[in-house]
Amino acid sequence: MYHWIPFWPDTAAVNGVAVNNLYIAELALSALIMVSVVIMMLTFCIRYREGGSASRADRVRKTWHFEIAWTLATLVLFLILFVWGARTYIWLYRPPPADEEVYVVGKQWMWKVEHAGGQREIDALHVPVDKSIRLVMASEDVIHSFFVPAFRIKHDVVPGTLETLWFKANKTGVFRLECTQFCGLQHATMSGEIDVMTGPDYAKWLTSQGAEKSLAQQGADLFRAHGCSGCHGENSTVHAPPLSGLYGTLVHLQDGSVRRADEAYLRDCILNPRSFTVAGYPPIMPDFSGQLDEGDMLKLIAYIKSLGGNQESRR
Amino acid sequence: MSTTTFEGVPTVGPSAAIEPSFLTSENTIGSWLFTRDHKRIALLFFASITFYFFVGGAAATLMRLNLATPEGLLQPAVYNRMFTMHGIIMVWFFLIPSIPTTFGNFFIPMMIGARDLAFPRVNLLSWYVFNLSGLVVLFSLVMGGADTGWTFYVPLSTVYANGYVLAAALAVFINGFSSIMTALNFVVTIHRMRAPGMTWMRLPLFVWAIYAVSVVMLTATPVLAMDTFLLAVERFIGIGLFDIQHGADAILWQHMFWFYSHPAVYIMILPSMGVASEIIPVFARRPIFGYAGMTIALMSIAILSFFVWAHHMFVAGISIYSGVFFSLMTFFVAVPSAIKVFNWTVSLHKGRISFDAPMLYALGFVLLFTLGGVTGLMLATLAVDVDLHGTYFVVAHFHYIMVGATVSAFFGALHYWWPKMTGRLYPEMWARSAAILMYVGFNLTFFPQFVLGYLGMPRRSYTYPPEWQSWNVLSSAGASILAIAYLLPLLYLGWSIFWGRKAGPNPWRATGLEWATPSPPPTHNFEETPVVSLGPYSYDPEDDTFIDQEGVSHAR
Repeated sequence: MYHWIPFWPDTAAVNGVAVNNLYIAELALSALIMVSVVIMMLTFCIRYREGGSASRADRVRKTWHFEIAWTLATLVLFLILFVWGARTYIWLYRPPPADEEVYVVGKQWMWKVEHAGGQREIDALHVPVDKSIRLVMASEDVIHSFFVPAFRIKHDVVPGTLETLWFKANKTGVFRLECTQFCGLQHATMSGEIDVMTGPDYAKWLTSQGAEKSLAQQGADLFRAHGCSGCHGENSTVHAPPLSGLYGTLVHLQDGSVRRADEAYLRDCILNPRSFTVAGYPPIMPDFSGQLDEGDMLKLIAYIKSLGGNQESRR
Repeated sequence: MSTTTFEGVPTVGPSAAIEPSFLTSENTIGSWLFTRDHKRIALLFFASITFYFFVGGAAATLMRLNLATPEGLLQPAVYNRMFTMHGIIMVWFFLIPSIPTTFGNFFIPMMIGARDLAFPRVNLLSWYVFNLSGLVVLFSLVMGGADTGWTFYVPLSTVYANGYVLAAALAVFINGFSSIMTALNFVVTIHRMRAPGMTWMRLPLFVWAIYAVSVVMLTATPVLAMDTFLLAVERFIGIGLFDIQHGADAILWQHMFWFYSHPAVYIMILPSMGVASEIIPVFARRPIFGYAGMTIALMSIAILSFFVWAHHMFVAGISIYSGVFFSLMTFFVAVPSAIKVFNWTVSLHKGRISFDAPMLYALGFVLLFTLGGVTGLMLATLAVDVDLHGTYFVVAHFHYIMVGATVSAFFGALHYWWPKMTGRLYPEMWARSAAILMYVGFNLTFFPQFVLGYLGMPRRSYTYPPEWQSWNVLSSAGASILAIAYLLPLLYLGWSIFWGRKAGPNPWRATGLEWATPSPPPTHNFEETPVVSLGPYSYDPEDDTFIDQEGVSHAR
């Protein structure tokens, strides 16, 4: 789909269409501003050149009303752009209810992807077309940035927390995946491919991967292996917050603050439980930092989410 | 009268009767290295920053050579170190000190009718501190350089990078004190040492711009000192401030860094706005359009620049509401910038315009600044920034502002004030050719990068897919033209020092006090303290006369 000299990138997602419209409007406006400055400058430079005979009499001496006029004009114009940009941004960064969730881990210098069904890939992401896909992203080392130019979406993947991003592809094909945050020696090669497939093709692809256990099942295994079930399990006698139906709800903490139980919150609680003690429970949970890598963490979170909750949570 | 001791007193001619110029009053090496004359210190700074400009430029040359083909020329590690050192050297060792320490140092006292800056020794110390930091950054470079990008993002810079990050951070830390000293000197000088009659609203706009930038430097640079100090300590002994494993927030560094580094962008651009406002009226032979508005715009940019830092972090994981706030503030700061563009352009209306080299640079400045500005609006727009952040679009945008605009203005100032600084005129046709070449070369280098950015090419990449090569080749070709345009002035300006025509005191027929002195000026600038009776820019295009700031009319 590339020409000899590419001028315009592919647009292959609903997100991309929304950003494109704004981008084109701004390009047109920029061209208008540039052209008017150039025309004014050229006209004046030619007409009022040193040897020119144009009259210099009656120069504008009171300037303030001109200045107020173009201050207000630019202000209004800028506010329109601001509102348009901000509305689209909020829409871009607030995932709608997802049809599929995919877990992404960035590390120097690759993208590791795990699908909810347990299918794994590296530097590649297969997704169905016309479905909204929600990404939950973690980094194992430095800051990376997940960028798909054809979808016009990007979000940094920051170590120490989980980030989410969503998109809905509207075109099948293979599109570039990049890292746009400098992440060390091979940053330039930390790229991959997003393969957007039709629904049936995608289903076929999923089954051909030979995954044995879904991510949530793998998480359940970890849940038992690390002893989480001893306190948070169904039959536990320990006074620990129940995890069923937790995801996406509001949690009142001991320190008086309220947090939504999204992925980042669950991660924080597992790694640093004493800082996030739930109101009404004793601070007895040991911290698990150093015992779980980002992949395990995502599996545990997938398990906790599989216990139900408010799946439409927003960040 | 001067109390300096003369070693090379002119013996013949009428010039023996007047005080010798600051250039020839003393000729020993010691008289330069221990000078307290703001004009000599300005030239010392000029020598230092010119050196670093070409060091940083050499790094850029290697980068553009590497990017001419997707296969590249450099090892990835070398490329990564080159763009890091290019950024660090160009930002802190050229752009930030560029106009203030040279033309600011030289002309602020002369434009306000003072004999020197308020603290001449601090001024000299600033040069030594600058060079100390320069030695440290050269050490870092010679040992192999840092490999983090000039932004030092953690945890890459604290844990994962292998290069000489500590030395680079230390260099930036030391460098900041030079900025602070110079800025302090300007603020005190402009407040306390204006000649009688030089009221605030009679100050040339260059003085206003340097005042605005000094206020920003004074308030922002200490934050940089804290940032780089903490970074160095963290990397050296690992106190845990930025340690993700122990619950630190990776975004914290970005907030701290950009809290300085966004105002730093305005530190780089404000002085060049002052330069353009100085040059345009002289060569259009008419007053600047909206003097008061220009001063208000300068000061509001200086203040608003402190409230926009997180626009570098829209995709970094800050709260979306914080993103909305910082986007709004960024649009606000763009308003005074837009007003300035309009005012410069309309300042040509009914002028009597000549196109000498300084004017060509100033007009180039306005156009490049405008293009940098409108692309800045796109980046300020949240949703568009999500797409463009971290791509070559950003690289192109900030090079339009910092290189296109600031370096054009730097060269404009150099050509405008060269006759005053050296007493010589340069060959005009060579200078005009260099100005036009610079404009063409610059656009050819950086415009393709806008397209590359929107196609999705990430910045700081040593390689790219083959289909993007045509744009990269264009950019590299432009860079070679740009390199020639930067080297040319070195030749003909150097030539002019020895063989150039003698410039009179006021070759451009300008109104400022600096032009009321001989060229080059004597050590103490003014025989008698001038008395100011008029604002700057009293040019009349109708009959091509002007009245200087002391109130003397000059016929055409």
